[in-house]
Amino acid sequence: MLNKYPLWKSLMVVIIIALGSLYALPNYYGEDPAVQISGTKGVKADLATLDLVKAELDSSQTTYQSAALKNGQVMVTFSDYEAQQAAKKLISKKLGNEYSVALNLTPATPDWLASLGGVPMKLGLDLSGGVHFLMEVDMKTAMNRVQEDMVGDFRTQLRNAKIRYRGVKEFGNGVEVIFKDTADLSSGEDVLKRTYGDYLFVDNEDNLSLRVTMTDAKLKETREYALQQNITIIRNRVNELGVAEPLVQRQGAKHIVVELPGIQDTALAKEILGATATLQFHMVDQEHDVYDAVNGRVPPGSFLVYEQDGRPQLLKKRIMLRGEHIIGATSSLDQQTSQPQVNIDLDNKGGSLFSNATKDNIGKPMATVFIESKATGEKNADGSLKFTQHQEVISVATIQARLGKSFRITGQDSPAAAHNLALLLRAGALIAPIAIVEERTVGPSLGAENVELGMQAILWGFALVLLFMMVYYRKFGVIANLALAANLVLIVGIMSLIPGATLTLPGMAGIVLTVGMAVDANVLIFERIREEIRAGKTVQQSIHQGYDSAFSTIFDANITTLIAALILFAVGTGPIKGFAVTLSIGIITSMFTSIIGTRACVNALWGGKKIDKLSI
Amino acid sequence: MQLLKIKDTLAFMSYRKVASIISILLVIGSLASLATNKLNWGLDFTGGTLLEVGFEQPADLGKIRAVMESGGYDDAIVQLFGNANDVLIRLGQRDGVKAEMLGNQILSILEQGTGDNITMRRIEFVGAGVGDELTEQGGLAMLTALICILVYVAFRFEWRFALGSVTALAHDVILTLGLFSVLGLEFDLTVLAAVLAVIGYSLNDTIVVSDRIRENFRKVRKGSPEEIINISLTQTLSRTMITSLTTFLVLLALFFKGGALIHGFSTALLFGIIIGTYSSIYVASTVALGLGISKEDLIPEEVEKEGVDQEGFPL
Repeated sequence: MLNKYPLWKSLMVVIIIALGSLYALPNYYGEDPAVQISGTKGVKADLATLDLVKAELDSSQTTYQSAALKNGQVMVTFSDYEAQQAAKKLISKKLGNEYSVALNLTPATPDWLASLGGVPMKLGLDLSGGVHFLMEVDMKTAMNRVQEDMVGDFRTQLRNAKIRYRGVKEFGNGVEVIFKDTADLSSGEDVLKRTYGDYLFVDNEDNLSLRVTMTDAKLKETREYALQQNITIIRNRVNELGVAEPLVQRQGAKHIVVELPGIQDTALAKEILGATATLQFHMVDQEHDVYDAVNGRVPPGSFLVYEQDGRPQLLKKRIMLRGEHIIGATSSLDQQTSQPQVNIDLDNKGGSLFSNATKDNIGKPMATVFIESKATGEKNADGSLKFTQHQEVISVATIQARLGKSFRITGQDSPAAAHNLALLLRAGALIAPIAIVEERTVGPSLGAENVELGMQAILWGFALVLLFMMVYYRKFGVIANLALAANLVLIVGIMSLIPGATLTLPGMAGIVLTVGMAVDANVLIFERIREEIRAGKTVQQSIHQGYDSAFSTIFDANITTLIAALILFAVGTGPIKGFAVTLSIGIITSMFTSIIGTRACVNALWGGKKIDKLSI
Repeated sequence: MQLLKIKDTLAFMSYRKVASIISILLVIGSLASLATNKLNWGLDFTGGTLLEVGFEQPADLGKIRAVMESGGYDDAIVQLFGNANDVLIRLGQRDGVKAEMLGNQILSILEQGTGDNITMRRIEFVGAGVGDELTEQGGLAMLTALICILVYVAFRFEWRFALGSVTALAHDVILTLGLFSVLGLEFDLTVLAAVLAVIGYSLNDTIVVSDRIRENFRKVRKGSPEEIINISLTQTLSRTMITSLTTFLVLLALFFKGGALIHGFSTALLFGIIIGTYSSIYVASTVALGLGISKEDLIPEEVEKEGVDQEGFPL
């Protein structure tokens, strides 16, 4: 029979729209301002922390909605932003350095909905307020450093192999060595090939030169390494900022995107991202008693540092090695003992320094000290930020043998701890300088205003189109309007479900545009139906023909718009991506609601019945 | 209800010479303006620093300018943004200063200089070189979009239609850019997005028309290509007008309710929709006709097969 949908098809439409509504629902409940308290470096927020926070808030008469311990973090929610700001100040003052206190938004989604995976849409920085940085890694310096290391390493290797050379210098993407005779040239080449096998060797017997250059693969690898390294460093530093949901992401070959929602003091953020953290190795002072030192009698030539758990360590002041010589650190398990270990690679200078420093200390304990400059949040008289230096012993290990360019540290409690140490070690070693090349900061008031304006635009646009369609197509117009509403709900539902999708102001514009264009499919279909009726076909035939012949047109027209949207997504950044996302989703959902959705309604109302006149 | 009550076929194509002349003149005018006035590139492309600050009472621009000048920023452009309380300050690239700290410096200068309570609404800083990359990327995006669409339409329809629709798109893009150049409106990233959306929209329109032309070439047995195009344009006219109208309505909502930040975006789209509607009627069809589209080109067996394919789709 014409214009009858099988039951499964009608059910499918109902189920999809119901699911869309379910996952769009969390946006109705919105989000509450919250303060999130988590422990830093080993310290965990626990019930005691929760009680402390509650007591502090009660005593200052700050009203909060709820306070709970979840996944090792204390989360306190508030009904307004002023209370949230005030509470943050109070709590961070009370808890001090060991905890990071961050402003956050927590979904006010009811539990039953949250348990189904319902979350509100993520808002872009232009709607939530916050900072967006684009940082550029100075690849030239990174490459120069690698070349410098090569030069040093070549000299050492040739000297050790007792091969005479005239000079070693940087050249192009590699190093050039000039030898004294052809015999030295060929034996030198053999020696260097042992460690630099994957480099490109070109010898020239006329001027006795040997050029060793990085292959394209090697060049790429070096750049990748520098970029990854810096991402790790920045991620560590961002964690120090106490931002609830930071984003640190690579973009292209040499850029890093950092997004910090909710941060208003951009000066602070910039200082911290640019601040340095470093490592030093010291011998443990075994001649003096550490508890005497704790009681104030620190012997000259030594200093007192604490471990993460508060255990004091007395260390010799002489620095055996600084973190800047670390060029790599990885964690692994010892193959024989299955103990976690951290493998550290040093550059040439560091290798020989360390080798000399450790040869007389075999069997003695050595401490790794982590040093970082932290902004206190207070300002000096001249307006610059106050920094404090924070030192901490992160490992004490016994030197087993004379250490060279690569060595390992054991004595970590768990593979996770070893992994963290490797991360920190890498974080201390900045491989290439980074610079902020782009900044976009949106204040919280502007963000809220943008949400308001975007909503207004969507509602007005929606209302105008609804009104027009209802007047122009009567009952069919009402059906198209239902489809349009379902389309909006589906867009919101899908945006909420896709983890990476964020709603931005241009994204809201994309929704507005989709509302305007989504009715196009219905206009096409309805105009067709009118045409068929005018041509004298029966009502049922007209409906059938109208949908059928409009389909390929709608399909082609939408695919081409989708192409434009996808290209926009591929090359756009930030807010523009948001526009491309909502536009693409809108095109797909609108095809579903305006073709299959309206057809289900039309079929259910008029399908298979004998009708003389249509309300169209 | 019906917007247009059309009984007879409208002879669209008999005006095609006039339309072509108008289009060509407009394109030349736009290109000339782009060459002489250039585009008023926004911060995204030029680099520099931009601050939007909110004052508690209507801002005194003269005073702000004086404060900026005494602070050594005599090249600052100070203007109101959206309403009387919000001020936009632009600074060009400058050497020697740690550019990324500029925004915060200016905030404190303003706070001290005016003695008012200032709220930071937004700071944007774009370094030199970032903009060049972006211009290149944006241009590339536009070209890629045009080529992909050309290929798709050539594959689905016929090369004459493909050339016709791409000509229409290029026409729309050039005129929209021309409008921004003539009026000196700022061209930033959101406007670029809008121009790409115009491409999408205008194409939507063109495809609908081309689709009907193809169908009528198959269905209508007699009649010259010109007559068939006229019939098709007449048949799709009310749809074209209604869709343009609904899109125009929502864009008006966006323009008036969406705030100053996306004025450029909605302006580009509002203009683009009008131009796109016109171009789908005149530019695309005129080009296809001029290239000698005929019945034989559109009744290969493939077309029949495609129809069969689509009937299998669950409607």
